[in-house]
Amino acid sequence: MLDAYIDRIRAAHAEGSHLIIQGGGSKTFYGNADEGEVLGTRKLSGVVDYQPKELVLTAGAGTPLAEIESLLAAEHQMLAFEPPHFGGPATLGGSIAAGLSGPRRPYTGAARDFVLGVRMIDGTGQALRFGGQVIKNVAGYDVSRLMAGALGTLGLLTEVSLKILPRPASEVSIGFELDEAAAIQKMNRWAGQPLPLSATSWHAGVLAVRLSGAASAVQAARAKLGGEALNDPDAFWQHLRDQRTPFFDMRPAASSQRLWRLAVKPTTPPMKLGDAQWIEWGGAVRWLATELPAATLREAARNHGGHATLFRGDPLPDGAFTPLAPALATLHRSLKQRFDPRGIFNRGRLYPEF
Amino acid sequence: MLSPTFLSRLRRLLPPHCVLNEREDLMPFESDGLSAYRNVPDVVALPENEAQVAAILQLCHANKVAVVARGAGTGLAAGALPIDGAVLLVLSKLNQIKVLDPLARTATVQPGVRNLAISEAAAVHGLYYAPDPSSQIACSIGGNVAENSGGVHCLKYGLTVHNILQLRAWTIDGQLLEIGSEALDSSGYDLLALLTGSEGMLAVITEVTVKLLPRPERAQVVLAAFDDVAKAGAAVGNIIAAGVIPAGLEMMDRLAIQAAEAFVHAGYPLDCEALLLCEVDGINEEVSDDIFTVRRVLADSGATEIRTADSEEQRLRFWAGRKAAFPAVGRLAPDYYCMDGTIPRGQLPHVLRRISEMSAEYGLPVANVFHAGDGNLHPLILFDASQPEELHRAETFGGRILELCVDVGGTITGEHGVGLEKINQMCAQFTSPELTRFHDVKAAFDPDRLLNPGKAVPELHRCAEWGAMHIHGGQLPHPELPRF
Repeated sequence: MLDAYIDRIRAAHAEGSHLIIQGGGSKTFYGNADEGEVLGTRKLSGVVDYQPKELVLTAGAGTPLAEIESLLAAEHQMLAFEPPHFGGPATLGGSIAAGLSGPRRPYTGAARDFVLGVRMIDGTGQALRFGGQVIKNVAGYDVSRLMAGALGTLGLLTEVSLKILPRPASEVSIGFELDEAAAIQKMNRWAGQPLPLSATSWHAGVLAVRLSGAASAVQAARAKLGGEALNDPDAFWQHLRDQRTPFFDMRPAASSQRLWRLAVKPTTPPMKLGDAQWIEWGGAVRWLATELPAATLREAARNHGGHATLFRGDPLPDGAFTPLAPALATLHRSLKQRFDPRGIFNRGRLYPEF
Repeated sequence: MLSPTFLSRLRRLLPPHCVLNEREDLMPFESDGLSAYRNVPDVVALPENEAQVAAILQLCHANKVAVVARGAGTGLAAGALPIDGAVLLVLSKLNQIKVLDPLARTATVQPGVRNLAISEAAAVHGLYYAPDPSSQIACSIGGNVAENSGGVHCLKYGLTVHNILQLRAWTIDGQLLEIGSEALDSSGYDLLALLTGSEGMLAVITEVTVKLLPRPERAQVVLAAFDDVAKAGAAVGNIIAAGVIPAGLEMMDRLAIQAAEAFVHAGYPLDCEALLLCEVDGINEEVSDDIFTVRRVLADSGATEIRTADSEEQRLRFWAGRKAAFPAVGRLAPDYYCMDGTIPRGQLPHVLRRISEMSAEYGLPVANVFHAGDGNLHPLILFDASQPEELHRAETFGGRILELCVDVGGTITGEHGVGLEKINQMCAQFTSPELTRFHDVKAAFDPDRLLNPGKAVPELHRCAEWGAMHIHGGQLPHPELPRF
């Protein structure tokens, strides 16, 4: 199976033709449009090794997330970065390549934090393995984490090993009616206290908080914080994770609004940009659908220590991601050149220049 | 040797007390924490600000002079071993905590700030910096980033890479890299992960923004004795399978227990083969529940004795034995050599049995101390460096332990780094194309190979020469390489 992929990639390398790596196709909207023939990963499917006591799972990149999640659930374990499915048949490889994480991210870690090792094929058709199946490993540069969020531009992931965590015994979600400034303040204050926070969200005057852990700890925190129980909390957080609420869908097809993700310092006060926002990650992510120009949004995010990403909507000439400072751009080009010298993988998906 | 012209140019960049090249001044820098490797540096530069760091790098780059960055010198893999003809760039004078933001839970610090000093400064806000390498009193954050340091609590709280947000780092040609952001991610490749653990090979760090966590309300530790190492190993997996992620989960074998008890009188039971220390922390109610679960699992796993520390004083005493294990073992022999492999936890009984067989084969005793929760094994090989051949025998034995770790699906280094010490074993863990990609990563940052050359990633010819001496399972490693 692997040989077929190696052959295909070697041929593309020889011809200098372009390949689009695609798993379940649930995140085709993310990043810039790429060009080339589709290289599907679904044949790289299957769990290779899962030992609940080791807290490690290894699976083929094309394995559906849903399959992995139900396997873990049977052992009362979970993918603690809560990867978005976006309503599609998301795969493990796509989740790691996109590097996206869900509501639990600020409290337990991002996709990259749980990557222990990868097997991959680089742009010359060479099969490589980095990292491994153990939690502590500092041999060699951390190339496996470099692959998380690289959007497939450095190689085809064929297998990924992840750290797994136990599923919390108890979860409770509560809501508070608060204005934006007060909600941001509360999210940050609570995160500095020993409370079992596992997700936070603010939108339309409601701060929602999820508490996870031992039943006793969750009850104690619930009593301390007060608030009203949230209706159907599992659906609430899942819909936020997968962007299946009206807020994320409200752009009519003909509208020139784009959905932006502003990643900022979590204590950033309300960003007055005119349009309604949805805040999550303890204040560190601000979503908004707006017609404002990219330069305005990128500058606003930069002024608050972060960056802006065009998440959904009409493409921009300089790409979906904030352009890099010159020294970093040079390094990116150089790394790309070494892992994929003829630029065959996901051409333009991360930055238009490669 | 560095030319007098170069040295006088270097002196022009720094105040007089910041350049050392008299032999008696240089001697303290001849080794890092692994003193078996020594080399007196040609010159030591001790910059006092970021601009001086950049200027030194530019000067070295222009003159093609190599640079070895060093923090507090507590590393255990000869990563900061001076190289002939290189500048030893010591960052200990960059020791300011620049910003501590309690609401955002971050601290921005210079690389020479000690690990523990961050937690001390944050304590007034009820916050702390989680990674706690055993050298945390002395080691500095720049070195922690360079080595991706762990500690006793990393199963629950992660390594350095999980606990930093932002770096200011300088390439060898003196360009500033601003990596990461004040948000939780940044645009482009994850260079924050790539630089963490890069052992001074890619860039020189002058500022680190770390995450701070709320201090747990309560921490409590359970001690359990076992009459069989395999049972203790199984108990570790059973605790995790019961849904508890301990803050610390440590194991010691018979020799380590006896040495520690003789040294600090922690009150450890002596008639056992293995001891587990399991600490849980968090919210008060959660700790009570977890202690109950841990005790039940330990009993079900065949512990012969279980004690719960019922006071902070007793908790510290339980830990005192473990924390003193290295110096305690050090009293058993003139020298010891500490290994750092990581294995899948299930392989523990097999690996300990093989280590004990090899111990007999090499005629050198071994005490085993184990970060059991995350599979990180520290066998301490006892030897006497004054005896001819013993250091060599200890190194050979140690190398075979690391190769055993790779064979069972683990790694040659869990937290100490490769440095110069484990460079040969890198050939056992990685193939030639993988090592080539590592060299490519280095070349992307440092094409002239001036930053810490010869460390961390072996040249392919070195693997060929090493492989010729290590035919393993009938298979020559790196068979594609020419051998001379």
